[in-house]
Amino acid sequence: MATTLTSADQPATRTTAPRARRRWGFLARRLGFYAVAAAAAIVLNFLLPRLMPGDPSSAIVEELERVSGQQVPPETLESIRAIFGDPGQNLGEQFVSYLGQLAHLDLGVSIVNFPVPVSDLVWQALPWTLLLVGVTTVLAFVVGTGLGVLAGWKAGSRFDAVVTPLTTFLSSVPYFWVALLALWVFGFLLGWFPLSGGYDPNLTEGLNLPFLASVLHYGALPAMTIVFSAFGGWLLGMRNMMVTTVREDYVLLAQAKGLAPGRVMLRYAARNAMLPSFTGFAMALGGVVGGALLTEIVFSYPGIGYLMYEALQKRDYPMMQGVFLLITLAVLVANLVADSVYVLLDPRIREQG
Amino acid sequence: MTETLPGTATDPAAAPRDVVLDVRGLDVEYATGDDPVRACVDVSFTLHRGEILGVAGESGSGKSTLITALTRLQRPPAVTSAGQLLYHPRDGGPPVDLVTLSGRELRRLRWTTLSIVLQSAMDALNPVMRVGAQFVDALRTHDRRLDKGAAWERAAELLGMVGVSADRARAYPHELSGGMRQRASIALALACRPDLVVMDEPTTAVDVVMQRQILAQVLRLRRELGFAVVFVTHDLSLLLELADRVAIMYAGRIVELGTSASLYAEPRHPYTRGLRDSFPPLRAPLRRLTGITGSPPDLRRPPSGCPFHPRCGQRFDGCDERLPVLRDIGGNDVACHLYPEGS
Amino acid sequence: MRADLLRGWKVRFGLAVLAFFVLLAIFGPWINEYVLGIDPRANDLEAISAPPSADHLLGTTQFGQDVLAQTIAGARGSMFVGFLAATIGTLIAVLVGVPAGYFRGGVDNGLNFLTNLFLVMPVLPLILIVAGYMQGTGLWMIALIVGLFGWSGGARTLRAQALSVSSRDFVLAMRMLGEPHRRLIFFEVLPHLTGWIAAMFLHGIIGGVMAEAGLAFLGISDSGAISWGTMIQAAQQQSAVLRGFWWWFVPPGLCIALIGTAATLVNFGVDELSNPKLRQARRSVVKRTKTLRAAGSEA
Repeated sequence: MATTLTSADQPATRTTAPRARRRWGFLARRLGFYAVAAAAAIVLNFLLPRLMPGDPSSAIVEELERVSGQQVPPETLESIRAIFGDPGQNLGEQFVSYLGQLAHLDLGVSIVNFPVPVSDLVWQALPWTLLLVGVTTVLAFVVGTGLGVLAGWKAGSRFDAVVTPLTTFLSSVPYFWVALLALWVFGFLLGWFPLSGGYDPNLTEGLNLPFLASVLHYGALPAMTIVFSAFGGWLLGMRNMMVTTVREDYVLLAQAKGLAPGRVMLRYAARNAMLPSFTGFAMALGGVVGGALLTEIVFSYPGIGYLMYEALQKRDYPMMQGVFLLITLAVLVANLVADSVYVLLDPRIREQG
Repeated sequence: MTETLPGTATDPAAAPRDVVLDVRGLDVEYATGDDPVRACVDVSFTLHRGEILGVAGESGSGKSTLITALTRLQRPPAVTSAGQLLYHPRDGGPPVDLVTLSGRELRRLRWTTLSIVLQSAMDALNPVMRVGAQFVDALRTHDRRLDKGAAWERAAELLGMVGVSADRARAYPHELSGGMRQRASIALALACRPDLVVMDEPTTAVDVVMQRQILAQVLRLRRELGFAVVFVTHDLSLLLELADRVAIMYAGRIVELGTSASLYAEPRHPYTRGLRDSFPPLRAPLRRLTGITGSPPDLRRPPSGCPFHPRCGQRFDGCDERLPVLRDIGGNDVACHLYPEGS
Repeated sequence: MRADLLRGWKVRFGLAVLAFFVLLAIFGPWINEYVLGIDPRANDLEAISAPPSADHLLGTTQFGQDVLAQTIAGARGSMFVGFLAATIGTLIAVLVGVPAGYFRGGVDNGLNFLTNLFLVMPVLPLILIVAGYMQGTGLWMIALIVGLFGWSGGARTLRAQALSVSSRDFVLAMRMLGEPHRRLIFFEVLPHLTGWIAAMFLHGIIGGVMAEAGLAFLGISDSGAISWGTMIQAAQQQSAVLRGFWWWFVPPGLCIALIGTAATLVNFGVDELSNPKLRQARRSVVKRTKTLRAAGSEA
């Protein structure tokens, strides 16, 4: 018997090496895709102001001179032209000087906060956004996925019958509306939380206890609204995947083995059901840099989203353009990271295009 | 397909007489729609230690329902609504009814006394866990003193037992060939030395050569380890070779139950005869193949009387009125009006 | 299949709610004029920011405009954006996804790359930027932008489905008989995708309504038009929240939430139809099983 079996074993043993290679091939292809996507984002960022009606770069210069009341210095003028288009140059020459600007991380100068460079403002806002949106995105995912695992595991139970429709409704409510209601009830009526801002302006910024406490206090309500309106989506997605996965044979076999129910639920059902959610989660993490645009606006929170909103309101084109580029690149990087981690999570991964 | 598998029904040593499982009056219903569908009706049989009992039937005959009922792996809407599953422990203690057992007690019995091999090993193994790890968690659940290293060694040993090389324990299921996966899941079922293994068509997903290898292995392991098998399949020809006794299911009921030899040589129930005559004989002059006309009944609206009567070539007045009961007819249990009471 | 779909309460309720809002969008102005007799733009100077009363069932805004009349009128604006955006988005998704799945090879590679590109681009900031350059946007423009940037998910689904349909025997056979591609796509492949396309269209409507509200909230909207988004935005600008004028911003938000819920419920029903496992997880099935089991153990 042994001889016949080894012959049967051979083909599969031989295929393991190409499989490992296929896994790296998958990552390499994804890396290539994101490189092209990043290039496309940069080209888009370059083309947008040039495709729009009118001449944004002269509009910006005029606006700058009006705001500051002085002549725009030549180097600023050059930088603006590089980013927003120079009527004297053809598109190719413009693109080259645009790339030159980017290589120096020069995103131009803010109009509203003249003459502060856009990159400085972005760096100031970034920690606030990363803190608020990062923490809440993770929290919403953990809470939503956890509840979704339970609802799907005991599908058709009373818990599932109450939580699932309720969440369906909650996740259909427009976010900014929830935020407004929360602000009205907890900020205005009850007065538990401050109405706007990221920290108490009377305190000195830094690593001192009162300041950190005020950051927590100011951040609590926006954080809760984000978690509140975001966990439902995770819950519903996870619940339905769980319901499907729980009926897979490998879950049945795990039960037949007499494993503890908790282990079957987590190691067998949830572990597999989570794979699609995970991709979404990684993309959400990429979106963190973009900030919770609406949250930051409702609560006047000093993050990237608010920065972009202000730029939009005041037609601060350099600002808009810079923030957009940053957000796009962050999303692409997050996607790439997600793909890499996915390869670790799912040993079956193959190229799907 | 001409040589006899070693240790088949003809091997008397393979069937010691003491009972391991006693199934009595098992009813399984599906709670769909307003009227529950009865997928298993009054199923009774006994299984002896080390015996292979084959269960054959068309799709929709209730054989898959029987598997999940025997192993208590049902999910809504399936539910065991009546009957007993009496398991007789190895140590000779009093029998336990698996139907009324609590979850915790049932979990303790699982795998150590009662395990299962599913139809498709690809689906039955967790795709994101190494094959060995799926042995290790079963082993360590039922033997808390076993440490990780020893459990992995044991997993490799078990794989070796079915001819899968030990280093494959660290592979993921998709990295194994189909035959290897199926043999691994048989090894997995034997990990905790069960008394009884339920097998759900474990050879349908592999090619014929691999099928022979696997069946030979099952017989060899049965001889070495002494577990009993309930082997469920639609393939009667395979059962007649492999099993000690065979039960034929139709519309959720057992219509005939007897030794493989007698079922092959002298099937009593017209349905059994129809099944037997739908494949060519293995070691006999060729005869004309005749199938069974019609299709299995809709279990939501089972025919009156004998459920087989609409398709039966030998039906007579009364077949559509009274339900035949399973009775001993010349050594086989048969449910058919052709054999009147007292005959 | 259609009859099965309508059997569940989720689908029925969802479709009823959607139908209600469609009717509201069509007959809203007529209702305002002849049933309520209130012009949503008229300023009732006697009732400024008044809470709900017999004269103004849902109260009035800061400018003395009737909230109920505005909510009714707003249905048209929001639904208009929803439908137009869904039409554009679905159309692009079909035009990109179906040929990619049908032709495969080079065509697929190109179209699939395009889809993936739009899939990873952050849509909201992109829309903001474009809308920011387009000064003075109207509802038309918003619907156009939302549709143009929101088709990638649908295209991916359609590509996968078209791939599976066009590899079926009947399509392959007709292809070998020399049937023109155009005919095959329109008369053989597309009809099999109608269910997916319908679901996508529904999704698009909700996406459009939500996006319009979100954009209006960000100040990107036609200041002259009335939609639920502009209502909430006006309320926010006049600090209605901080002054406790809940009747101003609650109704339009609730309308959006209702439409979203309705669409989710319909999707639930469609999911249950295409995935029988979900159907077995329904409360009613589990309950019935429990009753049977209880009866069995008593016997």
